[in-house]
Amino acid sequence: MGSITLKQVTKSFGDVNVIKPLDLEIRDGEFIVFVGPSGCGKSTLLRMIAGLEDTTSGTIEIDNQDATDMPPAQRGLAMVFQSYALYPHMSVRNNIAFPLKQAKVDPAIIEQKIEKAAKMLNLTAYLDRKPGQLSGGQRQRVAIGRAIVRQPSAFLFDEPLSNLDASLRVNMRLEISELHKSLDTTMIYVTHDQVEAMTMADRIAVFNGGIIEQVGTPLELYQKPVNQFVAGFIGSPKMNFIAVEPTSDDATCTLGIRPEHFKITEESGRWSGQVGVIEHLGSETFLHVNVDGAGTITVKADGDCKLAYGDKIHLTAPDEKIMHFDKDGVTIPSLSWGEGCTYSAA
Amino acid sequence: MAIKDTKKSKLIYTLAAWSVSGMIFFPILWTIITSFKTESEAISASPSLFMFDWTLENYAEVLSRSPYFDHFMNSVVISLGASLLGLLIAIPAAWSMAFVQTKRTKNLLMWMLSTKMLPPVGVLIPIYLLFRDFGLLDTRIGLVIVMTLINLPIMVWMLYTYFREIPNEILEAARMDGAGIKQEIFQVLLPIALPGIASTLLLNVILAWNEAFWTLILTAANAAPLTAFIASYSSPEGLFYAKLSAASVMAVVPILILGWFSQKQLVRGLSFGAVK
Amino acid sequence: MATTQSRTLAKIMLFPSVSLLLAWMIVPLCMTLYFSVLDYNLLMPGDNEFIGFLNYEFFLTDPAFIESFFNTLLLVGGVLFITICGGIGLAVLLDQAIWGRNYVRIMVLAPFFVMPTVSALVWKNMFMNPVNGLFAHFAEFIGVTPIDFFAELPLLSIIIIVSWQWLPFAALILLTAIQSLDREQLEAADLDGAGPWSKFVYIVLPHLSRAVTAVILIETIFLLSIFAEILVTTSGGPGYSSTNITYLIYTQSLLQFDVGGGSAGGIVAVVIANIVAIFLMRLIGKNLEG
Repeated sequence: MGSITLKQVTKSFGDVNVIKPLDLEIRDGEFIVFVGPSGCGKSTLLRMIAGLEDTTSGTIEIDNQDATDMPPAQRGLAMVFQSYALYPHMSVRNNIAFPLKQAKVDPAIIEQKIEKAAKMLNLTAYLDRKPGQLSGGQRQRVAIGRAIVRQPSAFLFDEPLSNLDASLRVNMRLEISELHKSLDTTMIYVTHDQVEAMTMADRIAVFNGGIIEQVGTPLELYQKPVNQFVAGFIGSPKMNFIAVEPTSDDATCTLGIRPEHFKITEESGRWSGQVGVIEHLGSETFLHVNVDGAGTITVKADGDCKLAYGDKIHLTAPDEKIMHFDKDGVTIPSLSWGEGCTYSAA
Repeated sequence: MAIKDTKKSKLIYTLAAWSVSGMIFFPILWTIITSFKTESEAISASPSLFMFDWTLENYAEVLSRSPYFDHFMNSVVISLGASLLGLLIAIPAAWSMAFVQTKRTKNLLMWMLSTKMLPPVGVLIPIYLLFRDFGLLDTRIGLVIVMTLINLPIMVWMLYTYFREIPNEILEAARMDGAGIKQEIFQVLLPIALPGIASTLLLNVILAWNEAFWTLILTAANAAPLTAFIASYSSPEGLFYAKLSAASVMAVVPILILGWFSQKQLVRGLSFGAVK
Repeated sequence: MATTQSRTLAKIMLFPSVSLLLAWMIVPLCMTLYFSVLDYNLLMPGDNEFIGFLNYEFFLTDPAFIESFFNTLLLVGGVLFITICGGIGLAVLLDQAIWGRNYVRIMVLAPFFVMPTVSALVWKNMFMNPVNGLFAHFAEFIGVTPIDFFAELPLLSIIIIVSWQWLPFAALILLTAIQSLDREQLEAADLDGAGPWSKFVYIVLPHLSRAVTAVILIETIFLLSIFAEILVTTSGGPGYSSTNITYLIYTQSLLQFDVGGGSAGGIVAVVIANIVAIFLMRLIGKNLEG
């Protein structure tokens, strides 16, 4: 219950190929995040799984049943929209009751389910208000409540936190993760924010231009990205890329080093340069260093770093933390992950 | 100093505005006042604004000695009927154009609007002959049909603009919640769009009530609405200004009141998107 | 959003309005075209022969048509001029801070909601009548001979009546447009030292251009078909001096029962209206994009 399989799924709008042939297996009960830049197709794919968009070709199976041509109502899925899509003319209670009424559930049972969902989401005090009288966070919980009472095989979240302000976002992230633990239902979560992806996911699928670059656990993607795109997308601040000349026995064209892997040395190091803009966050400091022959490098330092604008410093990084990418941006595993490490995408 | 200036300019503008609008409104005001005068008072060479013997005799005469009430009811039935029938046809059309957009949607909408630009004289003869041959001349139902068709483009256009303001996601959420198309329209779309639908209805009642081409040509004694009936006051039969005024006031005041509430709808429905 | 299911449904929902409007437009129009090439007069029953473009020839060379054509131009042009200039002025005035703004709006908008036959009759009898009308009383008051409006200045009288009716429409549309003007532009102009006239000419007027164009096109479409006011006041006379194309076709079709000739006239009217409509459609198309 709650497993979804996509086989060779494509989507075109007219002549525009938005999603190239794509395979993906979503396991029952997992929290999988679709992440990627705007326009990469992740929301489109989510809507295709929901049944709100047609599939141009390929199949979508839900619990081993072919659901490709099924209308949304029959797929047993629930969706939380970016704008929550609450019914403005109905009270919170009726919003949550709506799907149950459509399914002709007994009114007494509807009451029970509403009470339960309201308690779980701290909505009991607001049941008789209308969405217009609620705050952003409360509206979001109503949207989640409406999804929960249907007891779907999977929850679909379409960038649910983007309309909330920063502090609320952090809280809601935790709430959704806790929800996942208590309900133990499959959740497919779309976001462009890689921090959300890293903190919430069991597995992450990184999308780019209609294809999935890599699927894996957060740590796998962080430590073993298959190409430059994934390496640069996961991790904040972004990984630094340094161009190098390929040689006959080393196909590396680009080196990738994360800001947190640099060590600053006073005397000598592999790279040297001048400190430019410094960002003090209190818990850590980010230095933007103009490195000879490599452009601007972002380096993470301790919170009490005493360096100033214009200081000359040297940088080194341990070999095992340096990624090597060939001319097509693909990671060279032997050089990046050490001997004998092979990693396969998806 | 700045405050005195703004007070002074406010005064000047207020005086200017009230004078100009007073002049514009004067004919209506004069008609209302005349309706309460006697006929001899109405044509008096030294007309007065308040100082005369106010009387209700004109209203009494118009209502009792002429079929005024019947024609009033004709106007009501025709305007309301055409607007409601129009809504029935226009709502589904606006739904599909607003929520299932295709490449052809825009062209279709523009084509519909273009049918409203057809000069009525272009189809005067065929419609007249068809109505004659089908026994629709001088019938309420015939006029309802015509009024529905000539205002259908505007109704579809207005409803389209109102529906577009409803986020698509709400209807998608309803679909995911298991709602079929009937539930989607009746339990979700219509309640949310109710103000827009009411506005469209209001504007169309006004437009149909005031229509003065087909109502004059396709009717005679039976189905004539007020537009045509009042026109029959135009052949002079002696002094009748006060009665004309009374008849006019009764024909116009309801629409003046409705019109006051429909300003925004007027802009939306008849400016075709030129202003927001 | 679109799935094949919803698309089929959409087609079904569109069907009634599209087919009705299609029928309303195509069927009568084709009939008019057909009649226009026949010799068909309701008073003279007999074979309605095909006479090709004779009807058109007669219609277009008829001096009545020439006069009506110019009358139509004058009518439309006159009303447009008065309503646009007046409309802009009113819009600017109503945009200012004044006391009782709501009441002023009611008064300015009222004429648009009065039915055309009532306005025509009120103006004809209570204002313009040379014996009992208010204008006549006023003229006598200042010692001048009253003007017999509908005998001496029939077209102008009708222009006055129709302008009175449409002025509120122009004012409302233009007022809405003015109120959508970004206040900050005007404030920036203040800082740059612009006076009220400069601000009006260089900022307000250009902003209004789109709305003014819309008002011109929309009013023209409706003004080409002015009918009730003429019917109720002058019946097109004296002679043809206050007949416009619409009224001319009406007299030919339903008063002289010349179905063939009237149909030819109807087609001519459609062609003229189409030319205006093309421009209006382009404007609407642009509005739909934005």
